[in-house]
Amino acid sequence: MSYQSIVLVKQVPDTRNITGEVMTAKGTMNRSALPAIFNPEDLNALEMALQVRERYGGEVTVLTMGPLKAADVLREALYRGADRVILLSDREFAGADTQATSYTLKCAIEKAGKFDLVFCGRQAIDGDTAQVGPQVAEKIGLPQITYAESIISLENDEIVVQRAFDLGSELVKCSLPCLLTVVSSANRPRPASARKRIAYKLAAVPAEYPDLLEKWPEFETEKALEKYLAERNLEIPIWTVNDLEIDKNQLGLSGSPTQVYKVNFVVLESTDIKEISPTAEGIQELIDELVKEYVVG
Amino acid sequence: MTESKDIWVFIEQEEGNIIDVSLELLAKGQELADILGSQVWGLLCGHQIDELANSVIHHGADRVLVVDHPELALYRTLPYARVAIDLIRQHQPYIFLIGATPSGRDLAPRIASAEAVGLTADCTDLQIGDYTAKKEKQEYKDLLYQIRPAFGGNIIATIVNPKTRPQMATVRPGVMQANPPDKSRKGEIEKIEPAFESSDFALEVLSREMREPTVNLKDAPIIVAAGGGVQSADEFHLIQELAHILGGEVGASRAAVDAGLVSSEHQIGQTGATVRPRLYIAAGISGAIQHSTGMDKSNKIIAINTDPSAPIFQVAHYKIVGDVAEVLPLLIRAVREKAK
Repeated sequence: MSYQSIVLVKQVPDTRNITGEVMTAKGTMNRSALPAIFNPEDLNALEMALQVRERYGGEVTVLTMGPLKAADVLREALYRGADRVILLSDREFAGADTQATSYTLKCAIEKAGKFDLVFCGRQAIDGDTAQVGPQVAEKIGLPQITYAESIISLENDEIVVQRAFDLGSELVKCSLPCLLTVVSSANRPRPASARKRIAYKLAAVPAEYPDLLEKWPEFETEKALEKYLAERNLEIPIWTVNDLEIDKNQLGLSGSPTQVYKVNFVVLESTDIKEISPTAEGIQELIDELVKEYVVG
Repeated sequence: MTESKDIWVFIEQEEGNIIDVSLELLAKGQELADILGSQVWGLLCGHQIDELANSVIHHGADRVLVVDHPELALYRTLPYARVAIDLIRQHQPYIFLIGATPSGRDLAPRIASAEAVGLTADCTDLQIGDYTAKKEKQEYKDLLYQIRPAFGGNIIATIVNPKTRPQMATVRPGVMQANPPDKSRKGEIEKIEPAFESSDFALEVLSREMREPTVNLKDAPIIVAAGGGVQSADEFHLIQELAHILGGEVGASRAAVDAGLVSSEHQIGQTGATVRPRLYIAAGISGAIQHSTGMDKSNKIIAINTDPSAPIFQVAHYKIVGDVAEVLPLLIRAVREKAK
C-alpha cells in the first residue's frame, strides 16, 4: 500500500550561530545579517517522508507559508526529492501567530488533496514553540505523534512510531491518517541531488518569472517562459487567500489571539574582563589566581 | 456573570509523582491569584492518583479537579486533551498554565487550537498587568504578561492574549521556585468522571521508558562547556578531561548539541538548563544570547574563542583569544600541576 504524505516546512533566519558580526555594539542584533535557511528539523521531517515513499510508494507534497523568498526552501525540497511543492503566500497571512498559522495551513492541507501522513519538524529555530504541528492536527481532527524519531512499521492503516525525549522514549501505535512532528535525531537528511538540482534549476513561482527572464534572455516573452516551465512541471504554485476556503477573520496579524506587548533586547552588561594570553605562562597564572580565590581546587 | 479570574495549573505526574514544574507553577499561580483576588485550581489527571490531590493543595491550590481513569494512566494527547477541553468549557478559567515538558508541549497547543485561544510557549516569567491595544484603542486590565526569550534568545518578548480565554502559557521547568508543602493548607477536592469518545483512543502506548537524568548541571560547582568551536570528538574529549579533573560537569551550547557532539541533557541556555556554578569555562562558544542567558550569572566565567569580538566575551571575566585545541591542553596541564 502506498501513502500520500504532506510535509510542512518553514524558512527561518539562522539563529544558531550568532557571531560578533551579527551583534551590534549596543548588544542588539542585526537580523538582516542572518541567512535564511530551511528549518533544520523540517529537513528531518522531509527525509522521513521521502523514506516512506521509497519503501511504500506514494507522493510527497511540501507546503510552506511565507514571503516569496520562501520559494527557496521549496526548490531545496525539490532538489532533495519532493514530488510537488506549494507556496502559501499572501499579505493577509503575514504576522500570524501559531493559531492563525495553523488555521491557514489546515485550509491549505484540505485543498492539497487526500493524504495519509502529515510530517513537520518538532519545532522551528526562530520561535522554538513546537506548537504549529499539534495545532494543525487538532484543527484537522488528526491524532498526533510528537517527538517522532523513527517509524518502526507502517501497515495498512496503522503506524508504529518510536518517540524520543531527552529522558526517555515511547513506542506508540496509531491509526492513519495522523500527524508526526520529527526530532533531529530521526535521520540524517539526504543532500540535494546534483541531477535534481539541474532538473529543477528553473523551478519558480510566477512572481519570479520576470527575474528568470532577465537571467535567461533566450525566452523572449514571459509567455514563452511560462509554456516552457509548464511543460516541464517547473511551476511552483502560489496559493493566496482567494485559492482557499478560508475565514479571513482568522488570518494573519488580525486573526492572531496573541499580541506582542513589548520587546526588550537583551543587552549583556560587559563585566570587568581580564585578557589572558593563550600561552603556558598565561594559563598558569590564571589557574594560580583561581586557586588563590578558591574558585578552583 | 462576571468573568472568572481563576488560574488553572495542569498537574503533570509521572508514575504517581508530581513533577517539579507543576509545583513551581502552583507557587507562581498563587502569587498571581493574590494579585487578581482569585483562586488557583489544579487539574490532576491519571490513574490511581487520589492521594496526590492533597499534595497539590499543600503546594498552593485552592481546589483540585481529580480525573482518575484507567485510560489516563499514561499520558496520551487525545484523552488528556478531551478532559481538559471539557472542563475548560464548563468552568472558563482566566489563565491556564502548563509545564513546558514533552507532554506539556504536546498537550497545550492541542487545547489552545481547539479553543482558538492564544498560547505562549516556554515562558520564563509571568506577571499581571494592563495592556492597551493601540489599533482599537481598547484597554485591557489585569492580563497575563507571558514573558519569554524569542528569536534564538536574543530578545525578551512580553506577549498578551487580550481577548481569548483562558490565557494559556507553557513555562520552562526550573525557572520558578516551588513552595515547600504547607500541610495546614485547606482546599476542595472534586472528582470528575471523564466522557471520552472512541476517536480519543486512536493512539495506543505500547511501551514507555523513562530514565533518571545522568547529568546534574544545576548543582555542579564547575562546568566546562563546549560550543560550535569544538570541531571534533578529540577536542570534545579535552572538554571531558578538563571537567573531570576539575570535579565538574560537561555543559554544551546548542551548536555543540546540534553537531551531535553531546546529548541535549548537557545543553545550557534558553533551551536547556539555567546554571550558576562557581566557575564556568566556555570553550568555543560564540555566546548567542540563547546560551548566555543560561549561564551569565556564574561566579567566574572563562571564555575561549578564536574570534576576539565573540559576544561571549561580554559576559566573561577572563578572555582567552585562541583555539580550544591549543588552550584546553594548557589548562589541563596547569590544573594537573596544581593538583600535585
